[in-house]
Amino acid sequence: MKIKYPKNGKFGEFGGSYIPETLVPAVEELEQAYLKYKNDPDFKKELHYYLTQYAGRPTPLYYAENLTKFAGGAKIYLKREDLLHGGAHKINNTLGQALLAKRMKKKRIIAETGAGQHGVATAMACSALGLDGEVYMGYKDTQRQKLNVFRMNLLGTKVHPVKDGTQTLKDAINEAIRDWITNVETTYYLLGSAVGPHPYPVMVRDFQSVIGDEIKTQMKKLERKSPDSVVACVGGGSNAIGTFYPLIDEDTQMYGVEAGGMGVKSGHHSATLVGGSKGVLHGMLTYLLQDKEGQISETHSISAGLDYPGVGPEHSYLKDSKRVKYDAVNDREAVEAFLLLSKHEGIIPALESSHAVAYAIKLARKMSKSESIVVTLSGRGDKDVEEVGRYLSKNVKNKIKV
Amino acid sequence: MSKIKSKFKVLRSKNQKALIAYVMAGFPTEKDTISAIRGLVKGGADIIELGMPFSDPLADGPVIQHAGFTSLQKGMNFSRFLELVKKIRKETDIPLVLMTYTNILYRQGYDRFISTVKKAGIDGLILPDMSIGESHEFLKAAKKNGVDTIFLISPNTEPDRIKKISDASSGFLYLVSVFGTTGGQQKFQGYTTHAIKNAKKILASKIPLGVGFGVSTPEQAKLMISSGADAIIVGSAFLRLIEGTPSNKIEEKIRSFTSSLKKTTLPE
Repeated sequence: MKIKYPKNGKFGEFGGSYIPETLVPAVEELEQAYLKYKNDPDFKKELHYYLTQYAGRPTPLYYAENLTKFAGGAKIYLKREDLLHGGAHKINNTLGQALLAKRMKKKRIIAETGAGQHGVATAMACSALGLDGEVYMGYKDTQRQKLNVFRMNLLGTKVHPVKDGTQTLKDAINEAIRDWITNVETTYYLLGSAVGPHPYPVMVRDFQSVIGDEIKTQMKKLERKSPDSVVACVGGGSNAIGTFYPLIDEDTQMYGVEAGGMGVKSGHHSATLVGGSKGVLHGMLTYLLQDKEGQISETHSISAGLDYPGVGPEHSYLKDSKRVKYDAVNDREAVEAFLLLSKHEGIIPALESSHAVAYAIKLARKMSKSESIVVTLSGRGDKDVEEVGRYLSKNVKNKIKV
Repeated sequence: MSKIKSKFKVLRSKNQKALIAYVMAGFPTEKDTISAIRGLVKGGADIIELGMPFSDPLADGPVIQHAGFTSLQKGMNFSRFLELVKKIRKETDIPLVLMTYTNILYRQGYDRFISTVKKAGIDGLILPDMSIGESHEFLKAAKKNGVDTIFLISPNTEPDRIKKISDASSGFLYLVSVFGTTGGQQKFQGYTTHAIKNAKKILASKIPLGVGFGVSTPEQAKLMISSGADAIIVGSAFLRLIEGTPSNKIEEKIRSFTSSLKKTTLPE
């Protein structure tokens, strides 16, 4: 079940490398560099230094007692990636890739961003390591995540609003890839999720696996065993794969929660694994939201970070092999969980992570009090307060009760 | 022998190079595409590439992106694309190459897609995101249906890989002239002509070499040909011309621009 390193970039039938020929040498160079450095003691030492001293690892595994009581079932633990520098798990990956880019002697870094968290984490890594960063962001996302645009600018990174297509994450990735094709010899593309052509999905997973590794160690101390269940939200799926991968061989049930938007049946959602079909996008074969002729669908989610019509290929593999159960939580449930966690625990979760919290509450109720659930709280929700405010004022009629 | 192959054979016997023209199906309307193709044929184009729009064209620059989105917005889909090809086939037997992205084929299944477009009159396929390493099923289906597979190489493609890609290619091999997406290149640098010479050395006379991405003027076409290109490929420049011309003038405008490009492919 566990695929340590995918042969030819394949997780089962998924993944691979469907890219314009111009990028082939760049992707091969990247893979060679990654294989060279991933076990290199100096590289590991430097990454460890930045993860601990700069980003704030390890993150706590917090027993959410109030939320557990509220749900009335299994114990709920929160893996506090929201406490990392920048406010999300994204920095685990950007520090790793930025250190790699430096060793590859690439000074110009480009990245895409949805909610802006990966953009901010890229900007931080670039600033700390003396690299030049430029970030592509869908125009629609720059409007709903203004705070993060401002933060990136503060950190010295230029933000390019993308006005093509749906003006969200997928179009930001398209534009970043076009930039990479044009400036391939000087530029490092720092992809933010476990998506794209090989070796990105495996590399991003490896950098994010620090989440699951820590959960494993921390749960052994707290409960003397691995968690009975883990829950993580899935957009592209980087925090989820980082949570799942180290626990794949353990006796742990795994749940990936996608954005159900206005409901999977409504057609306005981003639940790729729940409601999608196989296809090729952004260099990979994976589940996609698309029409019957292969045109990529418009997606919807209240959380910009989950608003993506594709998903990491390893998730597609884990779905088909039934190791992980994927389900969807809609906008309304996510907002409710956002409010609940804020009220009961004093923790304002990102809207992305709120999907996982909502699912965990439902799951806890079906489990016994002696069992445990770990929810990866991938980010904090300061960036989302305006969006939640807008949602609540639009939905005053069917008032949300907490 | 495939239609594309025999076209190159005829051109060789006349000591000519090929002019390959790209237009987006249904941009800005299907009627305009037909007019443009009439102009291309009359102006002396040798092969036509017909674009089938995809929602996420990541190898394309602004001009082709815009054309694709417009075409999709106006309702272009697979059945309308097939109708268009059939209409074109009533007027001309010029070799027709379909250019789109992998997912459009993958979604229907390679074999089903390719056999359907072949019946409508398509002779070859170009998929800018189909890497050679992922092409096994695609190649099998194309071979079975007798459709040429035109792969792309780039100025940074290693010699061994050029050989491997050319082995899988039929009809011609497509050299991307620049680091960049499709569309207007103001000035070509030395690496482009170097890449053409280098590729020609490796290919010898095994398969014709077409050069495109940003070739938009007769002067640029001449430069590619004098460096060794067997064909020049022009796309965005045609789309810009189509967009800026009233429908009733498209055929004539395209004919005259095509003929100015075609002249560069004739023996001096």
